[in-house]
Amino acid sequence: MAAPTKRRYPAGSPLAGYLLRRLGTSVLLLLGVTLVTFILTNMVPGDPIAAALGEGASQNPVTVAAYVERHGLDQPLPVQYLTYLTNLVQGDLGTSLTTGRPVTEDLATAIPASFEVAIWSIIVSLCVGTALGTIAAYRRGQVSDQVVRVVSLIGLSVPTFWMALVSFHVFFLQLRIAPGSGRLSPMLTPPPTVTGMYTIDALLDGDLEVFADAAAHLVLPVLVLSLFTIGLLTRFVRTAVLEVLSADYVRAARAKGLSGPRVVFDYVLRGASLPILTIVGVAFGALLSGTVLVEAVFAWPGLGTYAYNSATALDLPGVMGVGLVVGVIYLVINFAVDLLYGVLDPRVRLA
Amino acid sequence: MTAAPVLSIRGLTVAFGTRKRPTPIVNGVDLDLVPGRIQGLAGESGSGKTVTAMSVLGLLPRTAQLGGSVRLGETELLGLRRRDLSRIRGRRIAMVFQDPSASLHPQLTIGHQLTDHVRTHLGLSRTEARQRAVDLLERVHVPDPADALGRYPHQFSGGQRQRIAIAIALACEPEVVLADEPTTALDVTVQAGILHLLRDLALERQLAVLLVTHDLGVMSAIADDVAVMRHGTIVERGPREQIFTRPEHPYTRELLTALPESDFTDERARTALAERDSADDPEVGP
Repeated sequence: MAAPTKRRYPAGSPLAGYLLRRLGTSVLLLLGVTLVTFILTNMVPGDPIAAALGEGASQNPVTVAAYVERHGLDQPLPVQYLTYLTNLVQGDLGTSLTTGRPVTEDLATAIPASFEVAIWSIIVSLCVGTALGTIAAYRRGQVSDQVVRVVSLIGLSVPTFWMALVSFHVFFLQLRIAPGSGRLSPMLTPPPTVTGMYTIDALLDGDLEVFADAAAHLVLPVLVLSLFTIGLLTRFVRTAVLEVLSADYVRAARAKGLSGPRVVFDYVLRGASLPILTIVGVAFGALLSGTVLVEAVFAWPGLGTYAYNSATALDLPGVMGVGLVVGVIYLVINFAVDLLYGVLDPRVRLA
Repeated sequence: MTAAPVLSIRGLTVAFGTRKRPTPIVNGVDLDLVPGRIQGLAGESGSGKTVTAMSVLGLLPRTAQLGGSVRLGETELLGLRRRDLSRIRGRRIAMVFQDPSASLHPQLTIGHQLTDHVRTHLGLSRTEARQRAVDLLERVHVPDPADALGRYPHQFSGGQRQRIAIAIALACEPEVVLADEPTTALDVTVQAGILHLLRDLALERQLAVLLVTHDLGVMSAIADDVAVMRHGTIVERGPREQIFTRPEHPYTRELLTALPESDFTDERARTALAERDSADDPEVGP
């Protein structure tokens, strides 16, 4: 009797079709991203050739001509764009002028560094923001609600880079309870690269000392970055939960005699999960791609630092690489969020 | 006479607003709910009938100020600690809401919503609770009960959803069921089926039912006793026949004559009862 029925997506084909369509649109959007970054980087004022060759060599017309020919800079822009695309498909993003290494290699270390901070920040923000937002919604109009609202407003309005400077100064320079900048103390060697995230790689390597040190280096950047996201999430969660609290199904759950936590987790937060998921997706994208100043303060070798370095050095391959990665990040996150909608809400699944 | 009441409401008052200037909504309501009988509570919207039902289970907002007494057997429910109240909610007193598409959680399976309170209240295992859920769905005539457990509310019709909501209410074998406009949100064609089901369940399980509705047609179809409420007080009460054939209070008469036709009650009652005998209802089946 009562054979266990599984949650399932409706008969394979609609979902597969949906995935294919989404994949198709993503490829088109990606193409758009490459086009925009390409055009924008070619519009920047300044002389990338001079920047690449250096002051002396760029005075020599022969060297310049050789450089132009070697990189196809004498070709018309559309042709250059096609060359760029062809190389891109082969995984070649060009060579960085600042590091002298292939851009793909640089990005392969910068992305995990940013990802490690971003993932912890979003986890911290989600937990704290959901808790604060839910409490505020339950105590709407009471003192605790007001306190939470003011605190979240502060989190939203304090400039993140300023917070980074202050916390670095206080916790590292003054109190000396935080480790210094970077991802690892100078005397330690990074763990063998598997994911590129030091904490995880250290664990995989079984090196607890490196793990503890890497984790300690993460604390300040994560907390500083979380502050804004916590403020953002708290406000969204509060609104979403308030709306759900007036729903009949919450009253029905109470009328069934379910305990407070059961009502909150099974009924209220599930009901509020879609708007929360939406804002988490946006926040995660911002955390991954828009943390230039915070990375600068903590000397964190992530995407932000890389973007800053290549932009100031007129390192066009580097800049285009970062632009592309940021575009891909947003595409992937949007895709993941759309899929999660279906997991969280059965009505979306059928639509 | 009938059996002793299982739930007694005495001098119930409810007011909203500030303590200094409360707005009274319910002014001294007395009601007795008796096992196996359906007590109707009629009145226009704003008369305080839904608030009366909600106050029994303490489901009103915090700002509500309650007075009087609501006794379930020996237990006084007003002012009961939250923990003790939640042992009564859903277990001894259950509730059926107006609109099942709002009172069922759209993101939880029917099985989840039919078993979570059973497991909390009665400590049944997952399998036992599922078995009970299947039996209940069968009893309320939801087709293919085992399969229905894995499905979501939007996959059912309105009438079936209300049957599911009734099954949820009955799952812990309560003594009292509070039904707040249980057919108002439903299609006219399926109302009779739901009323029929409530009527049968009340008799079969000796439930004391409080049926809150503004629809006198519904009232005349299944209520054993009727109380008419206006401005927070009960203006007239009595057995169904008496209220519908020899109303005494002018407000009751007004309500009755406001109905589409003078012999309305008899006709609606007969239609409803006739439909109950003609199979279960037209909406059985996906």
